[in-house]
Amino acid sequence: MSKTDMKPTAAAAPSLAPGVRIGQVSFVWRPWLVLVSLVLAAGAFLVFCLSIAVGDFPIGLSRVVATLFGQGEQVDEFVVMDLRMPRALAGLIVGIALGVSGAITQSVARNPLASPDILGITSGASAVAVFLVTVSGGAAAALVGSVGLSAAALMGGLGTGLLVYFLAWRRGIDGFRLILIGISVSAVMQAITTWLLVSADIRDVARAQAWLVGSLDGRSWDEVRVAFWCSLVLVVVVSAAAFPFKPMHLGDDVAAGLGVRYTRVRAVLLLCAVLLAAVAVSAAGPVPFVALVAPQVAMRLARCPTPPMVASGLLGALLLIGSDLIARTALPVTLPVGVVTAAIGGPFLVYLLVRANLRRS
Amino acid sequence: MSTTAVERPVPRGATEVRRGRVVGLSALLASLAFAAALSLAVGARALSPAEVWHGLFAEADPDQRLTEIRLIVQTVRVPRTVLAVVAGIALGVGGALIQGYTRNPIADTGLLGVNTGASFAVVTVIAVFGFTNPFQYVWFAFVGAALAGVLVFGLASIGRGAGNPLTLALAGQGITVFLMAMTTAVALTDQKSLNGLRFWNAGSVAGVGFDVIWPVTGFIGVGLLLALSTLPALNLLNLGEDVARGLGVNIVLSRAVGIVSITLLAGAATAACGPIAFLGLMVAHVARYLTGPDYRWLVPYAGLLGAVVLLVCDIVGRLVVRPGELEPGVVVALIGAPFFAVLVWRGKFKSA
Repeated sequence: MSKTDMKPTAAAAPSLAPGVRIGQVSFVWRPWLVLVSLVLAAGAFLVFCLSIAVGDFPIGLSRVVATLFGQGEQVDEFVVMDLRMPRALAGLIVGIALGVSGAITQSVARNPLASPDILGITSGASAVAVFLVTVSGGAAAALVGSVGLSAAALMGGLGTGLLVYFLAWRRGIDGFRLILIGISVSAVMQAITTWLLVSADIRDVARAQAWLVGSLDGRSWDEVRVAFWCSLVLVVVVSAAAFPFKPMHLGDDVAAGLGVRYTRVRAVLLLCAVLLAAVAVSAAGPVPFVALVAPQVAMRLARCPTPPMVASGLLGALLLIGSDLIARTALPVTLPVGVVTAAIGGPFLVYLLVRANLRRS
Repeated sequence: MSTTAVERPVPRGATEVRRGRVVGLSALLASLAFAAALSLAVGARALSPAEVWHGLFAEADPDQRLTEIRLIVQTVRVPRTVLAVVAGIALGVGGALIQGYTRNPIADTGLLGVNTGASFAVVTVIAVFGFTNPFQYVWFAFVGAALAGVLVFGLASIGRGAGNPLTLALAGQGITVFLMAMTTAVALTDQKSLNGLRFWNAGSVAGVGFDVIWPVTGFIGVGLLLALSTLPALNLLNLGEDVARGLGVNIVLSRAVGIVSITLLAGAATAACGPIAFLGLMVAHVARYLTGPDYRWLVPYAGLLGAVVLLVCDIVGRLVVRPGELEPGVVVALIGAPFFAVLVWRGKFKSA
């Protein structure tokens, strides 16, 4: 434990945010960011419980919470744990994964439009899934039967992400090159998807189209368990790598001067972002927009200069579960969750932009 | 003159640079003419140059075979060639302009919501009126594209931070994804519009007649004129807003003209062919690599490149899966993307 670090020097400006140091780890104490994150966490937990409570067999919120902590009645236990929990958990995990993944890619590329969609991960997963749905051959059908559409999509997303990464590698990873390569690979994948859709039978097309929008329908515990453990490991790696990543917002040269091996940190973080996005897509389909909008909204709510990772993940979860809740209950026709995330997230992002513009005047 | 000075690379003079650019422009025009000729000759039925010539200019002929050739050339090959050239120019110029105005090197005309505005209009009119023929919904597509462009630009220019490139790009994404979701919602609940959408979405220059092409060309012509008028101001804007204002550029006016021009170009092209993604983005980068950052050269290069690429992709699409066809929108991505990726990898492009 070091002991001298907390002493403020006379030269430091009084308005500087206070630093906190625990052993080797130090960070800036930003009360507003912590408050926003706490509020978002509470909001995410609330919609999570609501999502479990609402349905054909409504359960009171207090009973949901009691059941979650293992003190519910037997009937509630069955409905909550066996029927509704997988869906709500899938929403939670996918939302966090997409939010964190978006925050990473936007920070690394230093471009707010750089979401996993741009890096081709979602379009690669989609191309593989649509191929399996529309090409009704013996081999494809057998593959779907044995490994499942989700696993195939996971491999597709992961493969495309790695392809983009290795194509963009040239004595290191440069954010701009990464984006451009991502756009071109993504264009190829979308072209393949379009081609498959044009040449396929209309019934298959409707099935593929429904998968392409992203949905939380009919998740099982098995799928959720895989997504949960994958995301947990990845989030732990990300939080470890996030500390050396901080100074990189100041530019590569400054980061190098502060002793950060930026190429390696960036590679680890990007790989995690790719994996997180691939896990999310395999669990829920290519739910659009969460990865783009959650970091941008979190950044504006928390008044940070760069997307904050924790708040982005929480906001992603809030957005996804909330949208799923609306898609299930509030709409006259049942729509996949992806339609609702975009319908809510898009206007909200525009609203934040307009408000920021107005405030500046 | 000392001997050491001779051994250094001599900086090229202004006249030499200009000569190089003029030569490049002529080469592009020549390849455009060649590709157009090829586009008339190639297809499910290959024609010799003499037959193409005959088909273009001969009057009615007693010979049955020649009449048939005349029919193929005049009603099928000529319209799709003209449309590919016009739409290619529009998308190329639109792509270069939007990268200039948003100062975002990954900006695409899709960013203003133009493509999704058109898609949304298409599925909506198919679902509501039951249109099945592209002739009927192309006008709605254009209106949808224009409305989306105006909406995005209008939202991004409320308040003081008006026209901030980042705000424009993000507002564009917000509206784009919203419209995309609405499009999917309609398409998923109405199978007819899903069916119409998937063909329109692929991006094709075939099967559109001159009754659509002439008006579309008119809109694109106006868009091109506006684009030309704004190029000097665009050059100055790229030096930074303060510099441009200091040099007497009316920033609001030139930005508004630019957005109107982009909307006309991309909207008309998209309405006639469906969304052809990636073309504008790609040729804008290639044009910048060839000419440097001067938009008075970059924009014409991007336009001609767009036309050549779209024509070639349409021809390739006719050849690879004969007797069927592969939509040029698909071919653009399949051919263009790897080529573009190689250029990116070799470090040819700088961030705007």
